[in-house]
Amino acid sequence: MKVGIPRGFLYYKYHVLWETFFDELGIDYIVSPKTNKDILKKGTMHAIDEACLSSKIFLGHVDYLIDKCDCLFIPRIASLGSNKDIVCSKFQAIYDVVNNTYREKDLKILYYSIDVENKDTELKAFLKMGKFLGKNKALTLKAYMVAKQAEKTKKMIDINNQELLLKEDKIKILIVAHPYNIYDEYIGKPIIDILTELDVNSILGCVVDEKKAKDKAKVISKTLPWTFNKELVGSIDIYKDKVDGIILVSSFPCGPDSLVNEMIIRRFKEKPIINLILDGQEGTAGLETRLESFVDIIKLRKEEGEVVHE
Amino acid sequence: MNKVRVSFPRFGSYNIPIEYIIRKGLDCDYVMAPPITKKTIELGAKYSPDFVCTPFKYHLGSYIEAIDDGATTLVQVGGACRLGYYGEMHEQILKDLGYKVNFVNMANANFNKPLTFYDEFKKINPNMNVKKVAKATLLAIKMVEIIDKIEDYIRENVGFEVVEGSFDKLHQDFLEDLREVEDKKELNIIYKLYMRKFKNLKINKPKNPLKVGIIGEYYTIMDEYSNHYMEKELAKRGIVIERWMNISNTLFHNYEKEIKQSIKKYAKFDMGATAMYTIKKAIDYAKDGCDGIIHVKSFGCTPEIDTMPVLQRISEDYKIPIIYFSFDTQTSDVGINTRVEAFYDMIMMRKGEMMK
Repeated sequence: MKVGIPRGFLYYKYHVLWETFFDELGIDYIVSPKTNKDILKKGTMHAIDEACLSSKIFLGHVDYLIDKCDCLFIPRIASLGSNKDIVCSKFQAIYDVVNNTYREKDLKILYYSIDVENKDTELKAFLKMGKFLGKNKALTLKAYMVAKQAEKTKKMIDINNQELLLKEDKIKILIVAHPYNIYDEYIGKPIIDILTELDVNSILGCVVDEKKAKDKAKVISKTLPWTFNKELVGSIDIYKDKVDGIILVSSFPCGPDSLVNEMIIRRFKEKPIINLILDGQEGTAGLETRLESFVDIIKLRKEEGEVVHE
Repeated sequence: MNKVRVSFPRFGSYNIPIEYIIRKGLDCDYVMAPPITKKTIELGAKYSPDFVCTPFKYHLGSYIEAIDDGATTLVQVGGACRLGYYGEMHEQILKDLGYKVNFVNMANANFNKPLTFYDEFKKINPNMNVKKVAKATLLAIKMVEIIDKIEDYIRENVGFEVVEGSFDKLHQDFLEDLREVEDKKELNIIYKLYMRKFKNLKINKPKNPLKVGIIGEYYTIMDEYSNHYMEKELAKRGIVIERWMNISNTLFHNYEKEIKQSIKKYAKFDMGATAMYTIKKAIDYAKDGCDGIIHVKSFGCTPEIDTMPVLQRISEDYKIPIIYFSFDTQTSDVGINTRVEAFYDMIMMRKGEMMK
């Protein structure tokens, strides 16, 4: 049996965990390619007009995989803690959105649902998945443990690499963005590429000790309900003194970000901030102009700061 | 003695029971936010983040108008979607605008720990009497149920009124008298009186009238200004309107477990916020012989967007037309009326053909 993993949404946050798990169990899988124009086009065609760009991309990846695998991996998450630790309802609904959108294809979808508030933990989800794949419990558990370790190691390496970037004597900008936006080849990656061209180090908010970041978020905003946004908001507190500016990146029209970005801009005044909304339109000329002028502002500020310092 | 002056954003007819809790339960004054107008929504939109959902903008506009009318304490509730983060954001925006108000945010409380709500109520009036609050809340719940029963009757019959505007006029009278209610006895009298008055209003209803079910997002569906008086537009054309979504059905008579079970064919999991209700009611209206279904939501409402692929399947399976409306602050009445008109023509022709 071949599992199809769409390269979208939670993939970027959890792929080491998933891939290691499948590897350990000897399950064959295919990951859809990096987002390209065609994938976005297919996703847009099948999605509801008003749905967010990231979910259109996700559907595009599903579309790509449908005829290339035996069953699809559509991870669903409803909550990651109490009712104060929720995720965007898109992640809660995505299983049924895919199933209904492609009903005539009669999809086979792997069971993977996390709802910690209702006692469906990550471990449980993996055990059920193992059962679905016809593996015994001990084997599944072992694979999960190995995958967890791999995930942890990868995170540490990423954080360490970012520490090195932070130590370099260059302009550093913190990018506050969901992994599925900033790591996406088609919509987010161009931002990092443009900054690199401008000799700027991109520091990613999502590369952070998540637990620590979540705790920090409480200080900035008390009732913020979305776990993924908490991690990003907390990352600002963790990295703010080491960077020269902040870029908030969201896909249009992201529900949680529509409020959280506004809150960040209103409460965080210590560093220059801009807000970029990704809409999937072709061409990066507009993006280049905005990033260039932002970097210019930062340079100017730095020079002024140095003059004052002398 | 200077009493605290409390307000809550406009929300359908429900500000009356809220007022009752504030006045009778918490011993505070209540500032009824003015009815929503174009000015309200322009104010709200001006100071809100661009692509936040529309109810946020309505609420903000409503708060500002209430402050202008003398409110000193504002209340926001919590919710399962973006609504859960409205309060903190509203408070921040109002503060940045220079308004000095006491903002009570129920999102600070936790449904799993009911006592935390007590702490929030105490922020409205520190000297509150718990017994009084409980008593007033019970009556307010009754009030909500009565509002919902009366408005259900209106939806069923207003399209066939003989004297134009007679239902609307009586509805206004009812709401005015409801505001004066002091206790349970008076409430019962008002209910019986107005139910009788409504039933006495002359209607001219055909045997088999057109029937349309309305489904969708919580605030937009219940607040008539937010849905551009959709129900009135339908009634004008002689249509029976069915709408299950109201406060009593969702908060007091909820049967969530059965709902989840009964829609398994379309949704394996809970799809968030009001999505389950939307799907369940679409199926019910289809089975119940409705001629069409109208789905309403504010622009970008994620849980409701995600019901749309499901609704499309229900529409195919039951061969029932569903039309989708998404409202933002720029939506024009003309555009909506044109689409309602076309939808009406279509369901009428279908009904005509099916009768042949």
